[in-house]
Amino acid sequence: MDMELVSKRFADTVVLFPEGRIDHATAEQFKAALAPHLATCAEGRDRVVIDMSGVEYISSVGLRVLMLASKQSKGQGCTLAVCGLQPVVREIFAISRFDLVLQVFPTLHETLAALSAEALAAFGAA
Amino acid sequence: MLVRFWGTRGSIPVAMTSAEVKRKLVTALVAAAGRGLDTPGKARAFVEEELAFSVSHTFGGNSSCVQIETGGPDYVLCDLGSGARVLGNNVLATGGPNGHRFHVFMSHLHWDHIMGFPFFMPAYLPGNHVRIYGCHDALEEAFRRQNAAPSFPVDFSRMAARIEFIRLEPERDYDIAGLRVRAKRQHHGGDSYGYRIERAGKAVVYSTDSEHKQDDPKEVEAFVEFFREADLVIFDAQYSLADAISVKEDWGHSSNVVGVEMCQLARAKRLCLYHHEPIFDDERIAALLTETRRLEEITHGDHRVEIHAAYDGLEIPL
Repeated sequence: MDMELVSKRFADTVVLFPEGRIDHATAEQFKAALAPHLATCAEGRDRVVIDMSGVEYISSVGLRVLMLASKQSKGQGCTLAVCGLQPVVREIFAISRFDLVLQVFPTLHETLAALSAEALAAFGAA
Repeated sequence: MLVRFWGTRGSIPVAMTSAEVKRKLVTALVAAAGRGLDTPGKARAFVEEELAFSVSHTFGGNSSCVQIETGGPDYVLCDLGSGARVLGNNVLATGGPNGHRFHVFMSHLHWDHIMGFPFFMPAYLPGNHVRIYGCHDALEEAFRRQNAAPSFPVDFSRMAARIEFIRLEPERDYDIAGLRVRAKRQHHGGDSYGYRIERAGKAVVYSTDSEHKQDDPKEVEAFVEFFREADLVIFDAQYSLADAISVKEDWGHSSNVVGVEMCQLARAKRLCLYHHEPIFDDERIAALLTETRRLEEITHGDHRVEIHAAYDGLEIPL
């Protein structure tokens, strides 16, 4: 498996840490790994943040997985955000216009600060 | 082979507005200030060598029509959008009124891809021969219908050239006009078909009005094989990737991002962005080209893909 997906919980927010390349070879694994976290995400309950700082490349297939996750989370009234894009991934987000359709933050700290005071406090205490 | 673009705009023809012309002139005049451009030669060199393409040119506004020069006597075209009107007039102006034979491969029958035919003057002149190939059952009906009342004043029956409609089967090789031609079904409303056209070791893929949903790895691989080591892939890049898989999902078009990736996977030599979004002005399309070249630059492996953006009048020798 070329991609790892570690998760950490900070109060009401689950943060996922994919690593490596999200492309034709790994997108399905990424999708499957996201699924249980999205399934429990609902309005006023959990939030999901994907910290991409360990992702060196994402292809259109990987971006499609993020789009599907975004649609699912919206349908469930849940908040999904992405942060920590490496320079190449940040450029791919800009060129594909994904920076306009997903909530994208520079850092995990800034993401939690924007989404949840409880999660930010838990992150600070960790 | 040489590929010449007569119409490159998606969905509907567009024309530059006077405001856009004025903006180009103002930008050019400011850039030329103090340059002593007091002869046509100096001015021409300045325009060609120093102004940005989006200032000195336009990507143009005719809808889909591409010519493939084979070196043979016949004309080979893909689609008959409004660009075909310009091509037809050019043929008559340079080659006389008759004695011409055209082979046209139709991606599909949506209006922007057939609308040039009622204005394709060689079709009205006896002694010309137009062979229209396609994979749709309604191939002939679509052309006859747009030339009929109440849509058009001159009926199809008044076209004096010999006009034939030839049904092709996808995924089958044909030898036509000295070319090996293969069609592939694409995801688009009512289906569309891409064409891989080969001659003397060169391959051009014409793949417009094709949505790549990328939810089926086998389908992705089939398109990669269709594009495999092509010298040129003419690719529908009308939308951004984000739009293509969200608000414009199932509208039948693709993106520059998917074009780059598929050409990288297929190890194609050149990618030409095509079927430009009609609301995009020249600056926007030029920016799209710059971004697409940058995407290729930051994502390539051991294979490089040359990126072009089609414009009306572009010629790409292969």
